[in-house]
Amino acid sequence: MADKVLMKGNEAIAEAALIAGCRHYFGYPITPQTEIAAYMAKRMPKIGGTFLQAESEIAAINMVYGVASAGYRVMTSSSSPGISLKGEGLSYLAGADLPALVVNVQRGGPGLGGIQPSQSDYFQATRGGGHGDYHMIVLAPASVQEMAELTVKGFELADQYRMTAMILADGTMGQMMEPVALDFDVAPMPEKPWATTGTGMKRPHNIVNSLSLVPEELEQLNFARYEKYRKIEENEPRYESYLMEDAEICIAAFGIAARVAKNAVGEARREGIKAGLIRPITLWPFPKAPFREAADRVKAMISVELSMGQMIEDVKLASECRVPVTLCNRAGGMIPSPKQVLAAIRQAAGKEGDLL
Amino acid sequence: MHYCPGCTHGIVHRLVAEVIDELGIEGSTIGIAPVGCSVMAYNYFNCDMIEAAHGRAPAVATGVKRADPTKVVFTYQGDGDLASIGMAETVHAAARNENITVIFINNAIYGMTGGQMAPTSLPGQVTQTSPYGRDVKLCGYPIRVCELLSELDGAEYLERVTVNSVPHIRAAKKAIRKAFENQIAGRGFSLVEVLSSCPTNWGMTPEKALAWIDEKMIPYYPLGVYKDRSAKEAENHG
Repeated sequence: MADKVLMKGNEAIAEAALIAGCRHYFGYPITPQTEIAAYMAKRMPKIGGTFLQAESEIAAINMVYGVASAGYRVMTSSSSPGISLKGEGLSYLAGADLPALVVNVQRGGPGLGGIQPSQSDYFQATRGGGHGDYHMIVLAPASVQEMAELTVKGFELADQYRMTAMILADGTMGQMMEPVALDFDVAPMPEKPWATTGTGMKRPHNIVNSLSLVPEELEQLNFARYEKYRKIEENEPRYESYLMEDAEICIAAFGIAARVAKNAVGEARREGIKAGLIRPITLWPFPKAPFREAADRVKAMISVELSMGQMIEDVKLASECRVPVTLCNRAGGMIPSPKQVLAAIRQAAGKEGDLL
Repeated sequence: MHYCPGCTHGIVHRLVAEVIDELGIEGSTIGIAPVGCSVMAYNYFNCDMIEAAHGRAPAVATGVKRADPTKVVFTYQGDGDLASIGMAETVHAAARNENITVIFINNAIYGMTGGQMAPTSLPGQVTQTSPYGRDVKLCGYPIRVCELLSELDGAEYLERVTVNSVPHIRAAKKAIRKAFENQIAGRGFSLVEVLSSCPTNWGMTPEKALAWIDEKMIPYYPLGVYKDRSAKEAENHG
């Protein structure tokens, strides 16, 4: 077993990125993710990498676009309002089929919102975030260990599929400290014959571009991209299933909400309510199969979220509305307590009266 | 090429390409095309090319150059791209003395979208979105990019040229060459502003448009070197 070190979630992301071979980071200060930039600012100059504090989130994502075009592993990180600013760049990265890693350590919104943890950028992340038909691979860590693991995985998936991978964390995940093992086997970076590295006078010029003015051609590009997405939906959904074998009540929760929900599931079991948890690790592709399958067996589903209810739509779609799906949530930077989730479980089980 | 008859983009493209050839850097050069009339510039240069989002070319160029400083990186941007939507990216790339070359086409109008007011449109200039002439009380004054950037300690080299006559074209080529040579020598941010014509959207014949540069544009945007740090330092030490 590898040695473990105690790290903040944000620092674990930064260190894992370096382990994954990322030598270029661009960002703009925003709470609660600034530790990532600070870590990169310290480490990058020591290892011959680039840390650059950009003039804006927009500039940062376009610097990412430049490095990605040149064929190197590259990342940026921000928090909710900053991710909105990156939306333009995310769309261009998708349109030009460029690999990159983007981290969103979410805070409460909309607008400037607050600086406390939130999951209210779920729609933005899973539906693309910018204009046009596209997706990003969205990874949702629920521990500091996963902050690191999914960062490495994110770089690998981004390169494999030539698209953006996003780590969708929240302020809690970013700020909390846990032991983490950093012994990763990193897949070697694939060849990137499309990259703009200079022709060396040995090949025709490469063009990195998202412009396509002939509608028939642009349609074909979209079809091809969605064929790729279809394969990703087939091969890449990840989730954790907890006590679902005999569950009658199924909780859906990711990130910090899943950790709260896990406690509540344990409490419910002690009270004799058969509760279980499906924790999506990839939010896109959404792990539809376990929910579809659970819908045949459970009485009800509860989506536990730090938002006004966003993932609940995917839970309903995946379960084909065959069982009632209710929402147990807090918003604006508040976190549901295990007690609140337990109350929702009791209610779904029809036992709130005699157990409260 | 897709440019309108009489447009000077073709001349500037040729000058940039000639300089790339003469310096023997085609194989190691990466160009960044903007959004605007030159959005499809990537089709006209044989070096590797990247199409950037509107105004973001200097940020994209920063990424490419930081990823591999041995490469030569240039952007080719119009006035709307560079001086309006991309002003922050322009100013900060200059402030960082980012070691890139910027070719800035100033034709005082948005060409691609059909002739709207640009940040460089002259006072009183009639455009689609200033149909009664640019009213400086309503929408402010044109931006002189070279003068503005010359206040930054970071910028290495700033020169304004034009291409409306043979002598001017020769001078423009010299400036463009210098802007590339500066980058190769590691001197930093070098921008050449080229006063250009847009006969289509100015509503003039190509010939009249070239004369308009002399009559209207040059008085507002004087030609010349606005900053040449290395030359100045050499002078001070000489």
